[in-house]
Amino acid sequence: MMVSQLTRGERQGSILIAAAVALCGLALAIAGRNDPLGVHGAFVLVGSVALIAFLLSRLDSPEPDVSRRPSEYYDDPIKVGIALSMIWAVFGMFVGVWVAAELAWPSLNFNTAWLSFGRLRPAHTTGVIFGFGGNALIATSFHVVQRTSRARLAGQISPWFVLLGYNLFCFLAVTGYLMGLTQSKEYAEPEWYADLWLVVVWVTYFVLYLRTIARRKEPHIYVANWYFMAFIVVVAILHIVNNLAIPVSLGHAWSYPIWSGVQDAMVQWWYGHNAVAFFLTAGFLGMMYYYLPKRAERPIFSYRLSILSFWGITFFYMWAGSHHLHYTALPHWVQTLGMTFSIMLLVPSWASAGNAILTLNGAWHKVRDDATLRFMFVAAVFYGLSTFEGSFLAIRPVNSLSHYTDWTVGHVHAGALGWVALITFGSIYTLVPSLWKRERMYSAALVEVHFWLALIGTLIYVFAMWNSGIVQGLMWRTYTESGTLAYSFLDSLVAMYPYYIARTLGGFLFLLGAIVGCYNIWMTVRASPAAAETALKDLPDARWAEGTATTPAE
Amino acid sequence: MTDRERDPVSGRETTGHEWNGIKELDTPVPKGILIFLIVTHVFAILWWLLMPAWPLGWTYTKGLLGTNQHERVEQQLAQAAVARSAWEEKIASLSFDEIQANEQLMNIVRQFGHKLFGDNCAACHRSDATGGSNYPDLTDDDWIWGGEPETIAETLRVGINSPHGETRMGQMPAFGRDQMLERDQVVNVANYVYSLSHPEYSTAANIDRIEAGHEVFMTNCASCHGEDALGSREMGAPNLTDKAWIYGGDLQTIISSVHGGRQGHMPTWEERLTPVEIKVLALYVRSLSVARP
Repeated sequence: MMVSQLTRGERQGSILIAAAVALCGLALAIAGRNDPLGVHGAFVLVGSVALIAFLLSRLDSPEPDVSRRPSEYYDDPIKVGIALSMIWAVFGMFVGVWVAAELAWPSLNFNTAWLSFGRLRPAHTTGVIFGFGGNALIATSFHVVQRTSRARLAGQISPWFVLLGYNLFCFLAVTGYLMGLTQSKEYAEPEWYADLWLVVVWVTYFVLYLRTIARRKEPHIYVANWYFMAFIVVVAILHIVNNLAIPVSLGHAWSYPIWSGVQDAMVQWWYGHNAVAFFLTAGFLGMMYYYLPKRAERPIFSYRLSILSFWGITFFYMWAGSHHLHYTALPHWVQTLGMTFSIMLLVPSWASAGNAILTLNGAWHKVRDDATLRFMFVAAVFYGLSTFEGSFLAIRPVNSLSHYTDWTVGHVHAGALGWVALITFGSIYTLVPSLWKRERMYSAALVEVHFWLALIGTLIYVFAMWNSGIVQGLMWRTYTESGTLAYSFLDSLVAMYPYYIARTLGGFLFLLGAIVGCYNIWMTVRASPAAAETALKDLPDARWAEGTATTPAE
Repeated sequence: MTDRERDPVSGRETTGHEWNGIKELDTPVPKGILIFLIVTHVFAILWWLLMPAWPLGWTYTKGLLGTNQHERVEQQLAQAAVARSAWEEKIASLSFDEIQANEQLMNIVRQFGHKLFGDNCAACHRSDATGGSNYPDLTDDDWIWGGEPETIAETLRVGINSPHGETRMGQMPAFGRDQMLERDQVVNVANYVYSLSHPEYSTAANIDRIEAGHEVFMTNCASCHGEDALGSREMGAPNLTDKAWIYGGDLQTIISSVHGGRQGHMPTWEERLTPVEIKVLALYVRSLSVARP
């Protein structure tokens, strides 16, 4: 499938790119032969050589009809992106359930370094955020930008480069953690060579996206694309600034950040909070703005509200990162700014959630009957709840209770499970039948099962962590009459035990739902295509595209 | 903008844009949102006026309340110290016996001691102080270095086999590994030691080994553990006749102990804990074994 849409020249171009990557892998493998870096170099080398062999074996297979390109969307990378997204979802969520179980039953690490909590935890966060979420964002952004611009993606090789290159980054990240490699920056753990690679991939993504929008046949750029653009641009800036580091040597995986002390902490949480803002919020709002009205078949409630929330979210989020560093060495005035901007951020956030929910006016019967639309409705509700909770937790005195407790973990998962994952599943269930030209998903009942497993899992998880976090916070600050702390840290751990078990159960149900989803998607893809007439409607506008038709994109 | 149509459900006009079937309504921003927007901004402005907020070159706006997080922490620490000073002075100045006789002080010892024990000792001795494999049980009233509060406090202060200059030192040599005893001798002496806490083991079948082991014991072990094997607190040598074992009292483990030797380690707490905290912990640990029937 990958190759059949590429001309012979494009296949040769792809082989050259893969060969360049293979050379980089070889260089790393040699320079880092006494270091985990060499292992990664070998992975890159083997992977790119396998890709070259694959491309060579199909070099002479039949070529596509290039003249038809402007009148067809380029959907192959999207299909692979969805498959990768679901694979990462199951992997990342499985590791999540495992580390949750390790907290309740620590011996589950079997005294093995790579099974220890410290290494598996980033494998979980990277697996779900960047593996599952990132692939879903790349795939849906490729779909949305084509449909809302009525133009084909501006490249034949670059979409594959972005998708596969991004997955190589995720793979290097996760295998690095298991070998003990980390920069110790939350959500920015991968080391310098993986970071540099991501810059190359991300800039390609940015250029591809801009060029596709430039090809659009619509006078206006749709809201979803504003958000996808914000996501791509800001993630590039965040990633580069937070990962500025000097490697110990070119033969070692380790590096030192150029930032130090409290400045390093501030840069990290400026990055960390804006990763939440522009990766986990803006990107998924882009998804929501397309698939929710599409599924509900309703117009967006208010264009004006879209504008207000877009600029509110992009402006205020940039300031909010310092609320992660309340009551630390960070100057008080920086904390004040982080807190107050977090509060001002609430209204634009709620305007987005409200815009989504009010779009459903006139379609509530569909929310009742259609689990796919219900996924997206509940996602919008959780988006509203988590953004309220976020602004609330950013208030300094509230933060003094919640910080360092499981409340934060509960908050993150209300957003990650309730908002990010649910909007993604709703979008994928909308996208899969249209992409593979099927009338509907293989089983509506299984979508329903997935919905309830996901919702119940999220609720169990979030309630367990709210309870656990507040109990923890209170135990840590309870004093006796004689002026000493009433509880040891160990006492608070003992109190967490039942909540940790409940959290594991909640996560397990959520994982089960994702597995049901994988099966349903697989069966949908295997089913026979729907009648040709539904497919005919889903085509770009080829009227003004003659000039781009014969020019290879790369 | 030309083909504005009216949405039949809401009665609103659309903006006239359309993307792949998606339209948008031209609904004005609801009043509630605008009011709420103003409220959050007013709140932010008030907070900026009251608190340290905006940078001004080398300084920043200090806020009308004149608050400063560093000063506040120091004030709160000072207040907490005042609240504790009354009983802390008593614990520092009174003798262990006097504190033990004072029920009010002992209540504080139990509360604060529990917290100190959990944060500092439980990692090895477990949260209920019963130890576990390789770490001694502190509740069984069977002491290696002595169980008086004074002695416990001294053990806490200097540690055992620790880097402290006055550390308690105790080491059981590796009789087998370092070839001080033959393999047979190691097994025999272990049989003898095992029989001390298990009289039923002294059967006709074992008696030869046990007697041979007794001889080995007298020449090699008695200097520390005593001829009666009751142990010695000066040497940190445990009593071998009771059922309290750190590394395990089954025959196989005793053979390993004699063969490979043993050397426990307890950190010195002198730099980490204050003298009052060490005193409280010593009394707390003492109270655990007294409380046990």
